[in-house]
Amino acid sequence: MTIDEIQQEIVEEFSGFEDWMDKYAYLIEIGNEMAPIDAKYKIESNLIRGCQSRVWLHQEFTDGRIIFEAESDALIVKGLVALLLRIYSGRTPHEILSSEPRFIDEIGLRQHLSPTRSNGLLAMVKQMKLYALAYEKISSKK
Amino acid sequence: MTPDISKIRRDFPILDQKVNGKPLIYFDNAATSQRPTQVIERVDEFSLRTNANIHRATHYLANKTTEAFEESRETVRQFINAAEAAEVIFTHGTTESINLVAFSFGEAFVKAGDEIIVTEMEHHANIVPWQMMCERRGAILKVLPFNDNGELQIELLDNLITDKTRILAVAHVSNTLGTINPIREIILKAHLKNVPVLIDGAQGAPHFKIDVQALGCDFYAFSGHKIYGPTGIGALYGKRKWLDKMPPFMGGGEMIDSVTFAKTTYNKLPYKFEAGTPNYVGAIGFAAAIKYIQSQDNQTLAAYEHDLLTVATEKLKQIEGLRIYGEATLKAGVICFNIEGIHPFDLGTLLDQMGIAVRTGRMCADPVMDHYGVENMVRASFAFYNTFDEIEAFYKALIRLKTMF
Repeated sequence: MTIDEIQQEIVEEFSGFEDWMDKYAYLIEIGNEMAPIDAKYKIESNLIRGCQSRVWLHQEFTDGRIIFEAESDALIVKGLVALLLRIYSGRTPHEILSSEPRFIDEIGLRQHLSPTRSNGLLAMVKQMKLYALAYEKISSKK
Repeated sequence: MTPDISKIRRDFPILDQKVNGKPLIYFDNAATSQRPTQVIERVDEFSLRTNANIHRATHYLANKTTEAFEESRETVRQFINAAEAAEVIFTHGTTESINLVAFSFGEAFVKAGDEIIVTEMEHHANIVPWQMMCERRGAILKVLPFNDNGELQIELLDNLITDKTRILAVAHVSNTLGTINPIREIILKAHLKNVPVLIDGAQGAPHFKIDVQALGCDFYAFSGHKIYGPTGIGALYGKRKWLDKMPPFMGGGEMIDSVTFAKTTYNKLPYKFEAGTPNYVGAIGFAAAIKYIQSQDNQTLAAYEHDLLTVATEKLKQIEGLRIYGEATLKAGVICFNIEGIHPFDLGTLLDQMGIAVRTGRMCADPVMDHYGVENMVRASFAFYNTFDEIEAFYKALIRLKTMF
């Protein structure tokens, strides 16, 4: 599936929730179920500091694709992190650079990606794109 | 006597609104309090009819504005019972007030090897300016710790103060623990050793009648926006005997007596410390807020605020896994807490969905977070316009949210 198709899939998953509580309960569930990041990657150099919640992001570049691992100490953020990994992990740098996480807007959680929210999510998206940009440059030089 | 809270709430139209479809419950008063119509209208009326720069011209509007500005200073003087209006300096707020003292007092009185005392429960605004001063002057910062109840360990103070101590800075009320510190006792102990005391009154002025002469403090700093006034305006009270000997904090217009390229002489108090065009609109709103507070039955409202704190504390304690940080015997309307297994950011996000405004995070008090070994906290803080029904709704919201985790 393409990034856009997965985004559409997520939007449909969330469309069933009428109550905001169900939506957040689902995010918390996704966050709870998410595999924790390998302890050796939960380090200072992988830490994206939000003021209020922290996000750790680790990546590896294999066979032209970037594999991301991530985690947050706040569950709602962790749920959103899981969704971001679902669309961006295992993609080529080009795919990552040419796609925006529009699903967050469409499932009514845009406020969590606003620059005024200090939860580390926006910084995480920026960081993923920076990795993609770096790997794209490296790949094109080869 | 029960105060008529619904009447008071009518003065604060902002409270009458829905957030995320639910009636707003505003429990973030320690960050900023809301403004009554009386303040908003005074500021509007001034901007509509009077505005001009102060102390600089002979025209009608300039004179009216200057009068209003100086009347505001007199209102602040009265509010804290300073000996003279010249001891009241308008600043941007508590942060600037403390920075002013840390800089100017430091320049005049602190040398290498001297010591400054702060406490472990201070807001960063009452730590960092002193650290900066210590770096500039080669002085040493010493810290008075608090116990797990959130009470300062006053018994350690006598040993902490030495003949090298130049100034002691302490919060009137902790913005995180809610503790009302025994500032009278601290001031007496410090003065016995000739050490002046600065009180960070950001969280004190909203709750108490301040009398700087009775307290005997050397400096008292507070903000307008935490006492129902506008942002960007605050005051520094300082005893003349110190202020007279302190050099200016900033240079510019208004603070000078005469300027030549060879030598500039400075204006008298309080203007020496008010460089540039002051926030006179803010000062006028600040005074309107003070007049609003003075028009209320303060004793009854203080008792009511205390009841809000008591009821909220009792309610929250019924929630399993909830820990309150700071349970001092003497506390103001601030409760910091965590619920086991729930990240404060998650809790704040979900409470917001229910129309409830709380503060989450580190409260600009990293050392307090470190004391309890936590990254973040949730803070509910009350003002006299809050109600018991709101506390009940808050309690029920927390119970409901707990089931989500």
